[in-house]
Amino acid sequence: MSNDDSFMTSRLNEALGWARKYSIFQYPFVTACCGMEYMATACSHYDVDRFGAGFPRFSPRQADVLFVVGTISHKMAPVMKRIWEQMAEPKWVVAFGVCTCTGGFYDNYATVMGIDTILPVDVYIPGCPPRPEMVLDGLMKLQDKIQQEHTTGERAAPEPRPPILEP
Amino acid sequence: MNPQDLIESVTSRFPDAVSSSHVFRADATVVVTPEGLLAVARFLKEDPELALNFLMDLSAVDYSAFGQGHARGLFASSGVAVAPSFLIPDLDPWPGPPGERFAVVYHFFSGTQRHRLRLVVPVPETRAAVESLTPLWPAANWLEREVWDMFGIRFEGHPDLKRILMYDGFEGHPLRKDYPVAKRQPLIGPQN
Amino acid sequence: MEEHAPLQEATPEKVGTHTSSAQLEMRDMLLNIGPAHPAMHGIVRIVAQLDGEQIEKAEVEIGYLHRGFEKMSEQVDYNGVMPYTDRLNYVSPLINNMGYCMSVEKLIGISVPVRCHYVRVILSEISRITDHLTCVGATAMELGAFTVFLYMIKAREYLWELVEKVTGARLTVSFCRVGGVKADLPEGFAGLCKEAFAETRKVLVESDGLLTRNRIFVDRMNGTGVISAADAIGYGITGPFLRGSGEAYDVRKDCPYAVYDRIDFDVPVGTRGDNMDRYLVRMEEMEQSMRIVEIALADMPPGALQLDPDTGREIPAAEMVDLAKVGDIGAISGGCAVAGPTLEGSGRAQRPSIAADEKRVFLPPKEDVYGNIEGLMSQFKLVMHGHGVRPPAGEVYFPVEGANGELGFYVVSDGTGNPYRVRCRPPCFAIMSALHELLQGESMADMTPTFGSVNMIGGELDR
Repeated sequence: MSNDDSFMTSRLNEALGWARKYSIFQYPFVTACCGMEYMATACSHYDVDRFGAGFPRFSPRQADVLFVVGTISHKMAPVMKRIWEQMAEPKWVVAFGVCTCTGGFYDNYATVMGIDTILPVDVYIPGCPPRPEMVLDGLMKLQDKIQQEHTTGERAAPEPRPPILEP
Repeated sequence: MNPQDLIESVTSRFPDAVSSSHVFRADATVVVTPEGLLAVARFLKEDPELALNFLMDLSAVDYSAFGQGHARGLFASSGVAVAPSFLIPDLDPWPGPPGERFAVVYHFFSGTQRHRLRLVVPVPETRAAVESLTPLWPAANWLEREVWDMFGIRFEGHPDLKRILMYDGFEGHPLRKDYPVAKRQPLIGPQN
Repeated sequence: MEEHAPLQEATPEKVGTHTSSAQLEMRDMLLNIGPAHPAMHGIVRIVAQLDGEQIEKAEVEIGYLHRGFEKMSEQVDYNGVMPYTDRLNYVSPLINNMGYCMSVEKLIGISVPVRCHYVRVILSEISRITDHLTCVGATAMELGAFTVFLYMIKAREYLWELVEKVTGARLTVSFCRVGGVKADLPEGFAGLCKEAFAETRKVLVESDGLLTRNRIFVDRMNGTGVISAADAIGYGITGPFLRGSGEAYDVRKDCPYAVYDRIDFDVPVGTRGDNMDRYLVRMEEMEQSMRIVEIALADMPPGALQLDPDTGREIPAAEMVDLAKVGDIGAISGGCAVAGPTLEGSGRAQRPSIAADEKRVFLPPKEDVYGNIEGLMSQFKLVMHGHGVRPPAGEVYFPVEGANGELGFYVVSDGTGNPYRVRCRPPCFAIMSALHELLQGESMADMTPTFGSVNMIGGELDR
C-alpha cells in the first residue's frame, strides 16, 4: 500500500480483511488419516464454524483456502497442483499434518517430501494427525495472516524451503 | 482338516508338482513348481474335501537379501563380534527360503471347512513368470497386478497386467530388495 | 476434479424431436470421477462409461495413497512397524496393531496373558464401532443426511475420548507392543465405557430413526450395489460386505483368536447383498461390538497382579514396575521418575498381566526405563540394532477381523532385527477390486451409496 492511500481506503481495506478472514471457504483436499481429524474438527464437537470456516466447498473455483489434508504421493501430486491452479486469487494453502509439511516418516519412493516443494504454503499444521485444537490454532494463524495482508497491503512471501540434506 | 492332512492330500495328488512341504507355527505350506501351479490351484478350489474357495491373499517375497539385514550388534563396527544371544530357541524350525530369488505366496481359505493352506511358488529371476489364477478367482486380478507392480513378476494369461499402485512411467519395482527405499521418481516437483 | 470427455456437438439431428429415433446417433460418454471428488471420501478414480444415466462399464484406478508401508516395514525393527500399522486403516488403528502384533507373536511363538487379550479385544471393538460410525455417517452424508453424519461423528468423539483415556492418543495410537500392550486400562474405565456407550446408543437410535425409515435413504440403498455371496467369495470379499450377502464368515467366530471364543456375540447376516443390507449389518455390528466390550469388561481377570507375600495386600501397578524390584521400587518410581505428559498411561504398565512374561521381547514401561537400571538396560538392549525383538527365521500368516473384513498379516523373518517382509492383506482391496462389477448396469446416482458401503480406506487399500 502506498503512502498516498487515505485514511478511508486503508480503513476500508482493514474491514475487507476482517470480512475475508471470517468467511473462509475451504477446499478440503482430504487424502489420508488426517481426514479423520479434519472431520472431527469440522463437526459439532470442535465446530470450525465458530471461525467462519464451516463451509467446505468441493469445487476449487469457489474456494479460498486449500486444506491439503494427508499424505501426498507422487501419483497424487499433479492432481493437487491442478486443483491449486484452478483456485481463484486470492488463495491460501494450509499444510495439514506432518506428511504435507515434510513427508513425515514416509521417507520413501512413493511420497512427496512436503507439499511446499510443489505449492507455496501459508500455514503448516504439524502433528500426526494434529489434534483439533491445533487445527483451530492453525486456522487462527491463517486468519491473522489474511488480516495482516489487508492491513499492510503486502502478502507475506512464503518462507523459502531449506535445502534437503542428503543422509 | 489339520495341516498335516491338508499337505498330505495335495502331495499325494500331485507328487511331481509339489517339491516340498512343511508346517511352521501350524501354517500348512506346500511348495509347488510354477508349471504345476494352475492344476494344483484348480484342485484346491474344486476338491470337495479341501474346498479352498477363498483366495485370501497373493503376494511375493524377494529372497535375494535373506539373512543380510541388520544382524550386526552394537559394537560390530568396532570389530567386536556380538553373538545373537537373543534368539529364542525354536523346536520346530522353518526349513528356510525356497531357493529361488522370488517366491509367489498364495493364501487359501476354505469358507466351509475353515482351514487354510499356503502355496509357495519359487520363481527364478531369469524367468520371473507364473501362470495367472484369474480364470479361477477374479480376486487374483488386482492382486497379481500388485505383485507385477511391486516385484516385476509376470502372470501369464492375466487379462490386463499393468501397474496398479504406482503410475505409468515409474521405472523399476519398488519392493524388490535392490530398489533403494528413497529413490523417487516424481511426476512433478523437484527430485527430493 | 471432474472432467467431461468432449461431447459430440449438438446437431439438429440429435436434439430435434422431429427426427425419428432411428436417426439418432448414440454416443457413450466417459465420465472421470475422482481422484478428488465430493462424492468420494477417499482418493480413487473411477472412469465410467455412461449410456445416459446408466453406467455401462467402470474402471477403477487406485494407488493415489500408496506410501510404501511394506517397504518401510523392512527398514525398521519389529516394534517400529507399529506406527505404520496405525495408518493402514486409520479409522480403526487398534485392530491393525493387534493383527500385526499377533502375527509377530505367532512367529516368535509366545502368547500374551489373558488380561492383555481382553484389553486388546476391548479396544479393537471400540475401534470397530468408530469405523462403522464413520462409514455409515459418511454414506448418509453423501446421500444428503448431513444430520446423521454430525450425530455419528459426535458419538465417535465420545469413543475417541475413551480411547484417549487408555492410549493417550485419539487416532494413531500405536498402543500394542510385540508381546503385550503399552499400558493397562485406566481405573474406572468400565464406568467411562458405560457412559460413552449410553451416548453412542442414543446416537444409534436417533440415526436409526433418521435413516432406516427414511424414504429417500431406503430407496437409494435398496437393491443397489447387489453382489451374490458366490461372487463375493470369488473376489475374496470378507467382513460386513460378505455378511450382507448372506455368508456368515467372521474371523472372530470361525477362526477365533485372542479371547473371542469365550465371548458370546452374534454375527448379523443379510440376505440380499445390497447396500441396505450392508448398512443394517453395520448398524447391528456396532451393537454387538458394544456387547462384546461389556462382556469382556465383566469377564476380564482382575487388574491387581500380585499379592504381597507377607501381608496379602494387593500391590498396585505404580508400586510394581519391575518384578525384580518388588517392594522397594515404590520409592524410586515415585521419587525421581515422573512421567511427563507425553507418557500418559505409563504408570498403568502392569507388566505381568498385560504383557508376555518374556523380557527379551517386550519393551519395558517408560517409568521402568527412567526409574531403574534393569528397565533401562532392557530398553537399551531391545532398541539398539541387532538386539531387539528377533524372531526365528520363518513365515506366518495371521488373520484378524478388521472393520472391513479379514485383515491378515504375512510376516517373513530372516532372524535379524528387522522384519524381512511384512505383507498386509487389506480387506477393502478385495472389495474395491469388485467395485466395477457392482457399478455396472447401475445408474450414475447409485454409485454414491455403493461406494459408501464399500468403506474404502485409502491407507489400507493402497498402503
